[in-house]
Amino acid sequence: MVLVLALGDLHIPHRASDLPPKFKSMLVPGKIQHIVCTGNLCIKEVHDYLKTVCPDLHIARGEYDEETRYPETKTLTIGQFKLGVCHGHQVIPWGDLDSLAMLQRQLDVDILVTGHTHQFTAYKHEAGVVINPGSATGSYSSITYDVNPSFVLMDIDGLRVVVYVYELIDGEVKVDKIDFKKTTTSNA
Amino acid sequence: MIAGVAEDEEKWLSAGIAGLQQNAFYMHRALDSNNLKDALKYSAQMLSELRTSRLSPHKYYELYMRAFDELRKLEIFFKEESNRGCSIVELYELVQHAGNILPRLYLLCTVGSVYIRSKEAPAKDVLKDLIEMCRGIQHPVRGLFLRSYLSQVSRDKLPDIGSEYEGDADTAMDAVEFVLQNFTEMNKLWVRMQHQGPARDKEKREKERSELRDLVGKNLHVLSQIEGVDLDMYRETVLPRVLEQVVNCKDEIAQYYLMDCVIQVFPDEYHLQTLETILGACPQLQPSVDIKTVLARLMERLSNYAASSAEVLPVFFQVEAFAKLNIAIGKVIEAQDDMPVYGAVTLYASLLTFILHVHPDRLDYVDQILGACVKKLSGKGKLDDSKATKQIVALLSAPLDKYKDIDTALKLSNYPRVMEHLDNGTNKEMSNVIIQSIMKNRTYISTAEKVEALFELIKGLIKDIDENHQDELDEDDFKEEQNSVARLIQLLYTDDTEEMMKIIHTVRKHILTGGPKRLPFTVPPFTFSALKLVRRLQSQNENVSGEEAAATPKDIFQILMQTIEALSSVPVPELALGLYLQCAEAANDCDLEPVAYEFFTQAYILYEEEISDSKAQVTSIHLIIGTLQRMHVFGVENRDTLTHKATGYSSKLLKKPDQCRAVYACSHLFWLDEHNDMKDGERVMLCLKRALRIANAAQQMANASRGSSGSVVLFIEILNKYLYFYEKGVLQVTIDSIQSLIELIKQEMSGENTTADLSADAFFASTLRYIQFQKDKGGVVAEKYSPIKAEFAETS
Repeated sequence: MVLVLALGDLHIPHRASDLPPKFKSMLVPGKIQHIVCTGNLCIKEVHDYLKTVCPDLHIARGEYDEETRYPETKTLTIGQFKLGVCHGHQVIPWGDLDSLAMLQRQLDVDILVTGHTHQFTAYKHEAGVVINPGSATGSYSSITYDVNPSFVLMDIDGLRVVVYVYELIDGEVKVDKIDFKKTTTSNA
Repeated sequence: MIAGVAEDEEKWLSAGIAGLQQNAFYMHRALDSNNLKDALKYSAQMLSELRTSRLSPHKYYELYMRAFDELRKLEIFFKEESNRGCSIVELYELVQHAGNILPRLYLLCTVGSVYIRSKEAPAKDVLKDLIEMCRGIQHPVRGLFLRSYLSQVSRDKLPDIGSEYEGDADTAMDAVEFVLQNFTEMNKLWVRMQHQGPARDKEKREKERSELRDLVGKNLHVLSQIEGVDLDMYRETVLPRVLEQVVNCKDEIAQYYLMDCVIQVFPDEYHLQTLETILGACPQLQPSVDIKTVLARLMERLSNYAASSAEVLPVFFQVEAFAKLNIAIGKVIEAQDDMPVYGAVTLYASLLTFILHVHPDRLDYVDQILGACVKKLSGKGKLDDSKATKQIVALLSAPLDKYKDIDTALKLSNYPRVMEHLDNGTNKEMSNVIIQSIMKNRTYISTAEKVEALFELIKGLIKDIDENHQDELDEDDFKEEQNSVARLIQLLYTDDTEEMMKIIHTVRKHILTGGPKRLPFTVPPFTFSALKLVRRLQSQNENVSGEEAAATPKDIFQILMQTIEALSSVPVPELALGLYLQCAEAANDCDLEPVAYEFFTQAYILYEEEISDSKAQVTSIHLIIGTLQRMHVFGVENRDTLTHKATGYSSKLLKKPDQCRAVYACSHLFWLDEHNDMKDGERVMLCLKRALRIANAAQQMANASRGSSGSVVLFIEILNKYLYFYEKGVLQVTIDSIQSLIELIKQEMSGENTTADLSADAFFASTLRYIQFQKDKGGVVAEKYSPIKAEFAETS
């Protein structure tokens, strides 16, 4: 069992002063094995903070990141799953599932994590999943109105992944769960 | 030389111990055989070793402790003797025959202890006798230790109220009198120590003296333990007598130590009730006494006492503790004209802590202290004394910690005036403390007036205070500090849109004074803060129509236009372009076509004139296309102009693959699912074909230069776009065109010059798999896909 934290679009300090304290108290060091981050942190202090939560940190570059060396896309393999991460401003139309599916085919990944829209979504698509963890700070977006802070925790176990979505709604953390099983035939 | 003295001392101590042990041995033998006469003889000889003047107080103490242990044994023997019927009165007479005065007095005190215990005479009489006799020793060290011995053996036998040795008087006065007298005499001896010996050894002597201070202070501790010392007796007798001795001894070390002792050993409620007395003694102390520390300790104790229970607070009010402390501090600062700023500020900081504990609701008191501080600092400009600045930071931080609410600090008129006196570095540090406090407590600064006051307070971070003085601040530190300001801007917020508009104006006014260095940090948060207000106005207008709003989105866009423009002085064209596009989309949502067009124009100008880095161009073009794709406010003409430009930029990117990708991305500008009037299959196809041409060119370039097929992946990407639009129903994308593209890719991949490209293989395979997947889906989709032949045998 491996826990992967997916989050992004924090936009600190341009659009939010900090992560919600409730999230901070949940994200304690030592529990999470990997972080995939869809970018727009935007500053080093946030990068350093994420490092304290988990040192195995994979970041794709958002258009506001001060660190320009983050890659546009990144793939990694965790257990039986291949993951890809990309901020998403490069995939037009923004947030369009079919276009994201093309990126998923291109990166040849089971799970594609993207951001940019600040809207949490998780779609099962063909043989894979496309996840958008939303904005961890619930920051302003030109695309989405009334953004709630959210992040995603993926529990990867064998061929199964359980996606937990944590959303802060009116000061309360709501958790949702989506199950996904990988069929062994794909990506042979 | 010094080593020689130490060596000698060591020798003398050894000799003393040897002599002491030898006589102790004989004393033990006499005790074992109940030989009183020998016991007295040898114990007197043993105690004679304490007559030495050669040892330092430290060594003397070692010798004394050994004698003390032996005397315990002797005391037990005396007790047994008296039990056996030996008259304690006779014993008391007997020991006075010892030849030397010092051994005689030690023996007398020892028997005296047994005498009191026997209750054959009232404790007070025996004690009186003993303390009188002890006057016989006037040598400071020997006298101090002797009296310390007396204090030690008598402390559990004082005629205290409720004690078994209590007299008839029903008062502890005799006990108090005894201890006070002993205290007074010991202090005199202690003070006299410093006048012994040559002047050049003064420093050493003071050190030695300090080692003995607890012998004197012990008496105060004993006093505090006496049950009968109630508040009245403390106020009428104990405190005045102790202070009298403290003041009269005119000795700096003694005064500082004993004042502190008094504060530490007696209960808080006594201090509270006798504040005037103890504070009254302060100005009478020697000028060199570190009075601020004494007072600071007193206030610290009282603050903690106040914090311990709400029930004690009324007493503080009743005795007007604050007023008394305030006056006392004022007097001390006035009297000690040469007191360093650091000292005065320390006192104010302690008093402020006191107020925050005792009168948290009295902001006027807090401001009064800050005002007094300003007065002390006036004419001194920026302080360069690091200790003083540290205290000022403590002084200014205390209200923030207490109220956890910047609003309160903003009400203190003297607060910024105190801050003025901090040097630029510390001023910034303090500003940061303020911001951190706001962040930690998540306080929203909710009126323009408060925002104004806050910016005034932290202006050290907002602009260059001293224009001639170039900041040598480390770049990382500067970044961190400006990022704090950016975070802060998020917290300048109110739900009241009218007031929020005022806040926006205030923030803008201040951040524009920051200069090119700060604008890239402050303009983005300002922009988003303003855009959030636009959103709120938008939803308001939907709710209440007809009423003329005080602030309109249009006004805000105007402000934003001018503010983002200020970034051109930096310049940071990519950042500005991103912000313009954000505004354009927000204007789009407000149905303000001309405004949206203007923002786009500004973004395009930046793109054309300022953004030259190829990587930055790629990101910017993605943002332009992505935003433009979402715009629905434009009429045909404006839209044509903007899309035409965007496709033009795309095909002019430096690298072919970037060109290709940007151009196929542009195809989305001409096919919007939810807008029937924006579906132009012709132009979609034009984009895709152009992308294909660029991919071809890229392929040829790669073949020519590297002999490899670097760009086959571009064909697969375009194939995916073909499939995308085919599914969307773009008639211009035909089965044939898809089929030939598949064949082209297969051909490229099996070509002779082809080097293996695993990721392209995987991409192609998953694309073909997708086609198969759609075929298997059934229904309309499957029907569409069924004519496409897509076997992928040869690729794996």
